[in-house]
Amino acid sequence: MSDELRDVISAVLVLAGAVMCLAAGVGLIRFPDVLSRLHAATKPQILGLMAITADVALNNFTVGTVTLVIAIVVFQALTAPVVAHLVARSSYDTHHVRIDVLILDELGTRPD
Amino acid sequence: MTTRKERLKATLNQVPLFLGLILLWMLLWGSYSGLTVLTGALLAVIVSVGFYLPAVELGLRVNLWYSFVYFSRLLFDIVLGSVQVAVLALSPRYTPSNAIVAVHLRTRSDFVLTLTGVSTSIVPGAIVVDVDRVRSTLYLHVLNVHRPEQVEKFRKGVLAEERRIVMALGSRADVERLRRVSGEDRSEKDQHARTQHAREKRKRGGIT
Repeated sequence: MSDELRDVISAVLVLAGAVMCLAAGVGLIRFPDVLSRLHAATKPQILGLMAITADVALNNFTVGTVTLVIAIVVFQALTAPVVAHLVARSSYDTHHVRIDVLILDELGTRPD
Repeated sequence: MTTRKERLKATLNQVPLFLGLILLWMLLWGSYSGLTVLTGALLAVIVSVGFYLPAVELGLRVNLWYSFVYFSRLLFDIVLGSVQVAVLALSPRYTPSNAIVAVHLRTRSDFVLTLTGVSTSIVPGAIVVDVDRVRSTLYLHVLNVHRPEQVEKFRKGVLAEERRIVMALGSRADVERLRRVSGEDRSEKDQHARTQHAREKRKRGGIT
């Protein structure tokens, strides 16, 4: 791969990662309650991390880096939803939810 | 009393997880020598004995083509979901309107239930708020839904996700169940089987 092409791809990946992290930050402030904020904290952040680690792997292309990057992304993808779930459940159970922005709440009406 | 055959089956069930731990150890070191395999195996034994958890019933069935379909679709969905949330966060005309939706999955396997929950959390849409393990139901918080049709569309999406996972990694029994029960309109017979199953699971005293 030519150096120029690699630089262009690097720039695109880093920029994409940065934009995703920025959007996640903005979402954390703008979204109205804990549950919505969790969306901002998990989703754009995963893509941002993927873009930036992909860039690291591209610039240090060794077996060790690539496998480590895969491990990082896989574990981020596995753990972020679990953390989000724990925070979501505790916030729901302690009524830190804006009921007025929900159009439907099937958890409130579930059978026991 | 557990028979010898059952014990053998239970041990066999743990093998993929054991190999996974060794692989992770090798990934973290970035080296693939005999020594890493050996220390990895040793650590895997210590971890699985020291941090003992109830065994997860894996289907022990992998369909390579459907796994490929699942993972490529997952990757596509991660990109799509991230961009959607990012656009929403930055959009000037954002008005909050969310929903908490119950999705009744068809699977009976904890493994598929977990994987579906994790997958739906990183693709467009949802955060898992609560899980009803006995009824195989996920309670998902969905961002930015304004109309009931959108809720139904989302529900279909999660069931499709479950289908992809079952086809790729689910047990034979789950694949069979998927064929029998289509979507939300379950027959009464299945509803009966479901309560029966719930009762059995409670009796066995699992974590709920």
